Amino acid sequence: MVLDDQTLIDLYTKMLAIRRFEERVAEEFYAGNISGFVHSYIGQEAIAAGVCKHLTNEDRIVSNHRGHGHCIAKGADMKKMMAEVYGKRTGYCKGKGGSMHIADFSIGMLGADGIVGAGLPIATGAAMAAQLEGNGAVAAVFFGDGACQEGEFHEALNLAAIWKLPLLFVCENNHYGVNTPAAYSLAAREITRMPAAYHIPNRAIHGNDVEAVYRATGEAVDMLRRGEGPYFLECDTYRWHKHKLSYEFVDLRPQEEIAAWAKRCPIAAMEAKLVRQNVLTLSEIGDIQEETLKQVEEAHRFAVESAYPQGQNALEDVYSL
Amino acid sequence: MREITFEQAAMEAIQEEFRRNPRTVHLSTDLVAELQREFGADRIRVTPIAENCFVGAAVGLSGSGFRTVANIRMATFGFVAMDQMINHAAKITYMFGGQAKFPILYRMTVGAGISGAAEHSVSPYAMYMNAPGLKIILPTTPYDAKGLFKTALRDNNPVVAFEHVLLLGMKGEVPEDEYFIPFGQASIKREGTDVTVVALAKMVHDALAAAEDLAKDGLSLEVIDPRTLVPLDTATILASVKRTGRLVVVDEACQTCGAAAEIVALVTADQATFGTLKAAPVRVCGLDVPVPFSPPMEEYAVPDKAKIVQAVRDMMRSAPRE
Repeated sequence: MVLDDQTLIDLYTKMLAIRRFEERVAEEFYAGNISGFVHSYIGQEAIAAGVCKHLTNEDRIVSNHRGHGHCIAKGADMKKMMAEVYGKRTGYCKGKGGSMHIADFSIGMLGADGIVGAGLPIATGAAMAAQLEGNGAVAAVFFGDGACQEGEFHEALNLAAIWKLPLLFVCENNHYGVNTPAAYSLAAREITRMPAAYHIPNRAIHGNDVEAVYRATGEAVDMLRRGEGPYFLECDTYRWHKHKLSYEFVDLRPQEEIAAWAKRCPIAAMEAKLVRQNVLTLSEIGDIQEETLKQVEEAHRFAVESAYPQGQNALEDVYSL
Repeated sequence: MREITFEQAAMEAIQEEFRRNPRTVHLSTDLVAELQREFGADRIRVTPIAENCFVGAAVGLSGSGFRTVANIRMATFGFVAMDQMINHAAKITYMFGGQAKFPILYRMTVGAGISGAAEHSVSPYAMYMNAPGLKIILPTTPYDAKGLFKTALRDNNPVVAFEHVLLLGMKGEVPEDEYFIPFGQASIKREGTDVTVVALAKMVHDALAAAEDLAKDGLSLEVIDPRTLVPLDTATILASVKRTGRLVVVDEACQTCGAAAEIVALVTADQATFGTLKAAPVRVCGLDVPVPFSPPMEEYAVPDKAKIVQAVRDMMRSAPRE
């Protein structure tokens, strides 16, 4: 399958938006302007961009603690995202969630989730809703190698398989649960052996190659929309930042490994390809870069200029009417 | 009026609401044949024995516009699903700023008295009261079960129904016409003037029996069944204690940090009511031990009519408060 120029440009633009958003968040965090737990998605952009390009607002996704990229890729408003990260009243969750809990139900983004593995059962429910609605919609759940160590992962695989749920499992294998290597903590070694045990079709791909992610997802989503049951994609990748943004937190991963993966930047690779294949000129790429920076800057200004909630707003939204 | 069991009353509420609303789903580890016959295998699903997964699936379904009933069966299995229940179901409305509704009814049985031993005899509703975001219902009669379930099935929040195992087969009058019992409205099961007895779950019936016995001694007990723990009808309880000046709270759950402790605290922390107390409030609760298997020990560990009678007599004998 040859991707048309516009698709390639869209994928590139989306990855870039995630990168610039995350860079700005990190900058502001380290400047002391953002509090709490922030988990950067930098390095893994190709996965969110490649997967979500196949999804519409009717399709639902469930994300995880490292969720900014999934939100942006699904079409969330960076202004409301940044405002949420800043704890402002204009944020997606009115400041009640923060970086780890951004959701936009109006576009089928059912929320980022701070408990490793916990999005998987929730996603089985979203997939069951799609199955009952019978309109060909699907659900996708993003999780990492760490979640594959949780019982909820196995329960969700089993349930999705026996009910033939239209659920795309997207495992972003960045090889570490905080600082613990998956090579130590995953007895199965190859993650795809686990979905295979549940008779779920699966594939391991290079997760930093956005075209590879896009193609594999396309085939998987076609199967899902035809009602053929769940599919499992393992995307090999790496996060550039520490587990979480922090001055104190120590990254125990080998320096050589971090440096090696930095050379496999999904965005730089795509940029080179776009120029090589004459899809975009360097100047056109410069325009996209500039426009993206402008959007992130606007999002940031919106967040900074927005008001904080009042203390007593804490009493709202415990229950729905 | 016709009489049906508690379990039938609950089932009837579910059937009525499932007929009315096609975007309803039932999840349980056991086949509920009468539901599946009427509503089909798509909506009435038998789940694997994976409580965390289907309690979480209910969250995903409800966040996607469906209303879900998830029958966890025994409250002891509810502990297996505590991640999805507490980290997600309870918090998700709030954490996402109220942008979506999560209409779910979680059902669990509670209670001792069936030689179920430590794991299968729990009454852990107080743990759930400590997780804001959940509503908690505790029906004690077939009439209340139907009316509270009907309300739960129109509520837009996760509601947890705790149903005492020894009440499921109990028969009682249930009207054929549709009715709803609002949450946060206690039921005064017996009016009285000397002592307010707030009783939970099966203990409502033990308290009523105790009141009958004590009436022969000339003591008048008012028995209040809160019916819902979240929201809790504090106004009815406070008004009753102001009249009687005495409070006994009966609950078979362990005494420490239980619902009974919360009710006593609410009463004593209310200045106007505190001033009217003629005696220190008393809790008649399950002992702080896991529920033992062997009947003599099980009976010892859990309150009953005799223990309530004794507690009230002791209270009446204690010197009146100056």
